Amino acid sequence: MKALNIIGTAYRATLEEQDDPVVWITHAMAGAGANLDVLLRGNAVNYAVLGQDASGLAFGERRQKHAPRLADDLAGLIDKGVAVYVVEDDLDERGLEENTLIKGLRPVPRDGIARLIDGYDQVWHW
Amino acid sequence: MAKYLLIESRDPFDANDVAHFYDLAEGLARKGNAVTLFLVQNGVLPARPGTRSAALGELAAAGVEVLADDFSLRERGIAADGLAHGVTAAPLDVVIDGLAEGRKTLWH
Amino acid sequence: MSDKPTLTFALMDPPYENARSTTALLLIDIAARRGYDVKVFAYEGAVCLPFARQAAHPNAVHGRDVEEEDHPLPREWVAAVMAASERNGGHVDWVNCGLCVDERGVDEAIAGVRRGTPGDFWKMASESDNTLVIPTR
Repeated sequence: MKALNIIGTAYRATLEEQDDPVVWITHAMAGAGANLDVLLRGNAVNYAVLGQDASGLAFGERRQKHAPRLADDLAGLIDKGVAVYVVEDDLDERGLEENTLIKGLRPVPRDGIARLIDGYDQVWHW
Repeated sequence: MAKYLLIESRDPFDANDVAHFYDLAEGLARKGNAVTLFLVQNGVLPARPGTRSAALGELAAAGVEVLADDFSLRERGIAADGLAHGVTAAPLDVVIDGLAEGRKTLWH
Repeated sequence: MSDKPTLTFALMDPPYENARSTTALLLIDIAARRGYDVKVFAYEGAVCLPFARQAAHPNAVHGRDVEEEDHPLPREWVAAVMAASERNGGHVDWVNCGLCVDERGVDEAIAGVRRGTPGDFWKMASESDNTLVIPTR
């Protein structure tokens, strides 16, 4: 079975979780042998941006030890052999140029998503 | 040819990426796939004839079966016999039917 | 496709915050009444759905005491869906993501709920006829 995890919403609970929950579960499943890829769409394309810095979160004297490092986590998926697709139109509309993003992403035009998902047994929109 | 069930739970008046999900349904249909778009929760709001309803009629014209959850319609006071062109009321069972049939099913 | 398919659902939403948690349980209920085998992977806030310590309360705005208000408790809905499945020859296997349970402190779940990991979700999906992920917003 080959599955595509579509991530369409960014920065929900990433500070509390110190991770993106869907990027995280993708890592966990891939580590357990799952055959899956990722498609970033909508504002989730921002996860591929270099230079994101969420460090310094503190409440009183309670300081966060591990800020989320979402771009690194995506790069880690690519290193594990997970294909990370990103919708080109969503990048363009948000003013994101290739040189501001991590390496190894696979751009797909918005009107190419239908063809992309045809190639998967399961498509999970998170 | 594959079969798809796309479930739209969001209101296009409230979320501007609903249009992209509609486009995906149309794109899949134009590629020859059997596609059902099932509107549920606030996703049924454009099923009441209004400024965002034409998109649903266009989807139906492109070959997408556009259904609206009958409970969600009733909950919002939308008459099942007065829906926008191209939309038909249907029970939530359609989703389980589609899953049991093996349709690739996406929830937005 | 078999007569009585096996379906997997992945849920993310906690109770009482939006419509998705209710719609998800309605879908599972439909499958349960049909006697399907249903696997549920509760992720993030959804692990609160079967939390055993949910308690009913009165509703002073409507002048109802606890009994009259009969306030919905999702843990009762989950239990009812499990029972419906068994009555109809099926089974609901509900797995709560363990780390999600820990961080929320909801480690008392109703009977029939077990603790698991993301690997369980992949296994469930692999062993099912189909899978639906109902994401949070």
